Amino acid sequence: MTMRTMVEAINLTLAREMARDDRVIVFGEDVGLNGGVFRATDGLIDRFGRDRVVDTPLAEALILGTAVGLAAAGMVPVPEIQFLGFSYQGFHQLAGQIARLRYRSNGRFDAPITIRAPFGGGVRTPELHSEAIEGQLANIPGLKVVMPSGARNAAGLLAAAIRDPDPVLFLEPLRGYRSLRDDLPDDTEFVEPLGRAEVVRDGDDVVIVAWSYQVEVARRAAEELAEDGISVAVLDLRSLVPLDIDSLASIVSRCGRVVVAEEAPQTAGFGGEVVATIVEHCFYDLEAPPQRVSGYDVPFPMAQLEDRYVPSVGRVVAGCRRVLEVAP
Amino acid sequence: MTSAADQRGPSDDDLRGMLRTMIAARIYSTRCFNLQRQGRLGTMAPVDGNEAVVVGTTYALQPEHDWIFPQYREQYALGRYGDEVIRRHALYLAGHPEGSNYPAGLNVFPCQISLAAQVPHAVGMAWGLMRQGLPGVAVAFFGDGASSEGDFYEAANFAAVIKAPVVFMLVNNGWAISTPTSMQTAAATFADKAAAFGMPGVRVDGRDPIAVWEVVTAARARAVAGEGPTLVEAVTHRLGHHTTADDPTRYIPVEQLAAARAADPVPGFAAQLHSVGLWDDELQAEAEAAANAVIDDAVDQALARPLAPDAFFDHVFAQPTPRMTQQRALLLELEAEGRS
Ligand SMILES: Cc1ncc(C[n+]2csc(CCOP(=O)(O)OP(=O)(O)O)c2C)c(N)n1
Ligand SMILES: [Mg+2]
Repeated sequence: MTMRTMVEAINLTLAREMARDDRVIVFGEDVGLNGGVFRATDGLIDRFGRDRVVDTPLAEALILGTAVGLAAAGMVPVPEIQFLGFSYQGFHQLAGQIARLRYRSNGRFDAPITIRAPFGGGVRTPELHSEAIEGQLANIPGLKVVMPSGARNAAGLLAAAIRDPDPVLFLEPLRGYRSLRDDLPDDTEFVEPLGRAEVVRDGDDVVIVAWSYQVEVARRAAEELAEDGISVAVLDLRSLVPLDIDSLASIVSRCGRVVVAEEAPQTAGFGGEVVATIVEHCFYDLEAPPQRVSGYDVPFPMAQLEDRYVPSVGRVVAGCRRVLEVAP
Repeated sequence: MTSAADQRGPSDDDLRGMLRTMIAARIYSTRCFNLQRQGRLGTMAPVDGNEAVVVGTTYALQPEHDWIFPQYREQYALGRYGDEVIRRHALYLAGHPEGSNYPAGLNVFPCQISLAAQVPHAVGMAWGLMRQGLPGVAVAFFGDGASSEGDFYEAANFAAVIKAPVVFMLVNNGWAISTPTSMQTAAATFADKAAAFGMPGVRVDGRDPIAVWEVVTAARARAVAGEGPTLVEAVTHRLGHHTTADDPTRYIPVEQLAAARAADPVPGFAAQLHSVGLWDDELQAEAEAAANAVIDDAVDQALARPLAPDAFFDHVFAQPTPRMTQQRALLLELEAEGRS
């Protein structure tokens, strides 16, 4: 075991997967010579060469569109979109093509494509670098959406994503790249299956359902509430598509009260999907209406107001108190 | 203002004005860079190396009619459009939403982060001006990297079809973060791409503001005469960091950076005007003092500008949705409890 930051874990996993399978090809803007703007691909070009670690022209539709052809040619593309907000430039390739390759070829082609992209607030980036648009993307049939919450699951889930025969959007929280760290198995076969949520903290009074960096926020909120004798569970979804409905339903039914914490705007965010799923499966076990703590229905704000937009520990705590206030 | 129509070159006053604007640009940019390092301003992209491109272009324009669609590096050098540009940009870098609101009458679009997105906007503006018989042209600034985006090709193609009054100012500074132009295109020059659109393509030394002025003057004249757009490739060098978040030593050879700095357009143009008797040390000192005063004031005001905690609910729609109104109330409640 070795202590690694999330970005180191991603870097290490990319290297392992490239070493394991020479069909894996990494490409995108500044991923080669510069090692990625966050150093996620640092050193890969030296180890695997310019044919497998490719600096592309600045064109996201190209990056995502060529992944389709590369996959059809028998390769395993791992493109990077430098910031998730710039996936919009390639959205038609993502939603209209990558996600439908298997379907529109009626099963002729696999689409073992893993699209990595950083996103999320808390680091005061310029416009379109921070938005959490996972809800928009999870609404695309044929695309898996995986959102690790730490170094360890980033490594295990990225390995699984690269080995998966279907397209996976692998979203990395900017704020966690260097601040989140875990002991990582030295095992090159460390793979964690997609589509399984994880109870990262157990409790009985209320469960906070979260993903990506909000898991860290939820953990801290749970600690704060524990000081008042409130027992809070935290469920890390880890993947939105496929969604681990069994784990979600089981912990919500047990706690009876639930808060969903997400960075995205509230309206039509993935939190709404989580709540709908809960209502379908746990209606009779609920002791209070589920609460969402989300971003507000506004574009991601300028830096000065960012901390008020991204759900904070304080807001998640307040959300928990609101569901706890309701008498059973 | 009359100089824009004067094919013989900028007037002496304009030449001095151009140099002052270039000097100011470098001072503004350097100050903002340092303030970012001190944690007082946000991420910024230095103008260093692009001054002559922006200044040569804007002095060939008529600010009361002509629109600028910048990327994110030009703002420091838009002094020809007034000091309000730098005051707004300081607010922008301070993370204040009013930094994107250039007041009516200032024909400058907000700082664009999404590369090449501004290029079709410029074409739309030109189309709209043309349709309504209004004077003016639209100028889109975009980088060598941005030119690889579909937005550029789609916009340039259409602009030529409708003969829109646009100038495509492609600023080739050699790099798109770490990606050199040789990996961006296999064309001999970016200007060559114009042929495929059916418009003229001109390559100009982007470190020479007079050369840029001449090219843009001609492109503007062509545009207002209804002859259509021009693609200008202004060739320069980035003199340092891509942004404050970047480390150029990872990918630019030191000799190359040193050579670029040795051909720095700002002292270069000062020396040129010196040699013809249009500039001296006193004017230089005055220009620097004036620029320092503007940026001091802009930054002080930007950092002191109040901002309501719920300001991000403003300007999303003309009228907020019912849910936004509820969310705003919740935010203010949390704020009062110290829990936002
Ligand atoms: C659509 C889009 N993709 C990626 C980025 C990230 N990014 C910011 S600047 C940059 C390089 C831009 O290079 P260029 O257009 O040459 O302009 P320069 O910075 O050299 O002035 C990249 C890749 C972005 N801002 N927008
Ligand atoms: Mg460039």
